[in-house]
Amino acid sequence: MENKILGYVDGRLKEGERLEMEKHLVTCAACRVRVNEFRAVNVLLDELPTIEPSAAFDVRLQARVAAEPAKQSWWAWFAPSPRVAFAASMLLLATVWLGSRPPDFSLSAADVDNINQNMSVLENYDVISDFAPLSELPQPVQADEVGETNQSQQM
Amino acid sequence: MARSDVQLMLDVKAGDEQSFALLLHRYRRPLINFLYRMVRNREQAEDLAQEVFIRVYRAREDYVPSAKFTTWLFRIATNLALNSVRDTRYQRMEISLDAPVTADAEDGNEKTMDVAEKHPNIEQRLIEETRKKMIRHAIEKLPEKQRAAVLLHKYQELDYGEISKILNCSESALKSLLFRAYETLRVELAPLVASGKQA
Repeated sequence: MENKILGYVDGRLKEGERLEMEKHLVTCAACRVRVNEFRAVNVLLDELPTIEPSAAFDVRLQARVAAEPAKQSWWAWFAPSPRVAFAASMLLLATVWLGSRPPDFSLSAADVDNINQNMSVLENYDVISDFAPLSELPQPVQADEVGETNQSQQM
Repeated sequence: MARSDVQLMLDVKAGDEQSFALLLHRYRRPLINFLYRMVRNREQAEDLAQEVFIRVYRAREDYVPSAKFTTWLFRIATNLALNSVRDTRYQRMEISLDAPVTADAEDGNEKTMDVAEKHPNIEQRLIEETRKKMIRHAIEKLPEKQRAAVLLHKYQELDYGEISKILNCSESALKSLLFRAYETLRVELAPLVASGKQA
């Protein structure tokens, strides 16, 4: 019944509960006292003064709201910006243009001169790598083997 | 006919900034007073109120009217206030009892002029101010969750269902919480309650 006293004081009980409480109050002096005291507390709480928002409150809040970034919906992610769209279309055009050009294998005079100069080096390399007498030369002597030979001579 | 809170919020969601200004106009005063009574500092209360409105504005895109607007608004405010009170609790403990009382804490910003007008007698005015101080201190001494419950119940006149959603507890737990809070207030304000009875 205690938890219903406050509801009874501020008139928030349902009709049935209110009647039940009134019936209880007839026989319970302690609850009657409590009801009166809670009523007195309620009246005292009404005396608490209120404050007004400061003049700067609205201005400050409006500035903060204005500074909030505009929120985009999820599908906006798919909508490209004009700059990105322009760059993408230019890249596509360049790719199509390059792809449509016939392959150009012609060489300039300078390229031919370069090839001729390097040709002799390539020819020398071919000759040296396949030169048969070189394969008949003795294998190079290892450092360990040289040491062992010296020791045996000293003994 | 005035648009409901939910309708205004749906209009904000649709991009109507003017509706947000109307919501702000409708709730800034009760919100600031609720926060002021929670944190007992005007500047802090206004900062927290700003934060509440900014959070409401940021959440506009995702707003779904599943509960009353006031439940949502005061839930944000209560959570912010409870966090703020817990954060500053230890700072307050360090403040000396002998420290000079600021104008803010002593009604410097509150509407006390009407008292002076009604009671030109200085003695009577002092009695009035002492009464107010006692009431304010009694509320301040309540544990923060009980304090929030009393403020939402008494000053915002929210129903039990709304307050229990705001405080994230059952209705029966809320009724017990409020009963305990009123019991504490009854004891703290006993001299005033007794004088009220005699009058």
